[in-house]
Amino acid sequence: MLKPGPFYQRDREWHPPAHTPNYKTSVSRSPQYSMISLENNVSEITGPTFGHNDIDPLDKDLIYNYAKAGESAIGERIILHGRVLDENAKPIPNTLVEIWQANAGGRYRHKKDTYLAPIDPNFGGCGRTLTDENGYYYFRTVKPGAYPWRNWVNNWRPAHIHMSIFGTAFCQRLITQCYFEGDPLIAKCPIVNTIPDPAAIEQLVAKLDLNATIPLDTIAYKFDIVLRGRRSTLFENRPEGN
Amino acid sequence: MTQQLDYLKETPSQTAGPYVHIGLAPGAAGFDIYRQELGWDIAGPNAKGERIRVEGVVIDGMGSPIKDVMLETWQANSEGLYAHPEHAGEVEDGFRGWGRVITDFDTGEWGFDTVKPGPVKLPDGKVSAPHISLWIVARGINVGLQTRLYFEDEAEANAADPVINLIEWEKRRQTLIARKTERDGKTVYRFEIKLQGPDETVFFDI
Repeated sequence: MLKPGPFYQRDREWHPPAHTPNYKTSVSRSPQYSMISLENNVSEITGPTFGHNDIDPLDKDLIYNYAKAGESAIGERIILHGRVLDENAKPIPNTLVEIWQANAGGRYRHKKDTYLAPIDPNFGGCGRTLTDENGYYYFRTVKPGAYPWRNWVNNWRPAHIHMSIFGTAFCQRLITQCYFEGDPLIAKCPIVNTIPDPAAIEQLVAKLDLNATIPLDTIAYKFDIVLRGRRSTLFENRPEGN
Repeated sequence: MTQQLDYLKETPSQTAGPYVHIGLAPGAAGFDIYRQELGWDIAGPNAKGERIRVEGVVIDGMGSPIKDVMLETWQANSEGLYAHPEHAGEVEDGFRGWGRVITDFDTGEWGFDTVKPGPVKLPDGKVSAPHISLWIVARGINVGLQTRLYFEDEAEANAADPVINLIEWEKRRQTLIARKTERDGKTVYRFEIKLQGPDETVFFDI
């Protein structure tokens, strides 16, 4: 019987570096000394677990989870769905996926957002769900709008949904952003472009998925998420030495 | 194509941005949506051991507190056991060992209540000094930062800790030690995280 071992090391050339001058906020928030590399041990291969008692079924429906009775959020109705896998392409079941986003006009429901686009009274902008036994998840929401932000004078964020994923281990913890196929703002975004490899950026672009749409009702985008995979322990180091 | 490696690549990280609270702590963003928000009760009512409070601030390269940062905590219980199926042993009912911590938006100060974790036995026979793992995300942080908080009053265990001993510079080891104080008879540990400068906190690539 093969036992699960440590996780594959994170490919730091695939992720954005900490210091990315064109995304100005990173300049004073990026550590300058080298990180200390740490082999996985108990504290890293464990992590919080969640169950259906933690959340409600409606939490994954952003069109209705903050709407008044009989009303719904305004915007292009979309399903965002996909699987959470590890790097071995193995599905990760029962893992918590949380999302947050601007409304269809590009405005966040947050005390600190002062963009002139209006708040939608029926849209909160957050959702959460657990993957099923096959690692599958889905949300219903509205497509978020693009919005301006202060970086250079004229920067616009492409439409995006923030995503937070746990996996089974604290070392798999990940926050990322999901973009939408065909958006011309993706290529111009300094936050997107913190990622050096175009193939890695492509991995953050959800694809239009006509087969998953609900005809005459809701359009669909597919977004698979990959968390770190782990080795199987074939040969163990003996604690007393070899 | 039989010899092709078919591993997938990890989804690349992006910053949590300034509005991370909407998704992970909507009450702090100014609205009430979920029956319960997750991560506010780390230890639960039944946890044994010493009840402590941890407080701190995350400071940027300009020396200013970061007011929109969010931290997650991960720790063992007072017996050194994690609430996880791969760690043998039972934790107290309601003990999760995981928490979410947000700042006061005006000052950047944060704090959380928990129990002091015990030393953790490692598979190689060594022992890890009591510690809390921290994961730090914010606007301007492209990949969540991982660090560890150790306790000032565990000097002997800290001196033998295999992770602390990986750090070559004695001065840098000190950045991981929370300072013990007392307030109204309760133990409060102070932990300041510095993202840059000569006292930059040690971060780990785990």
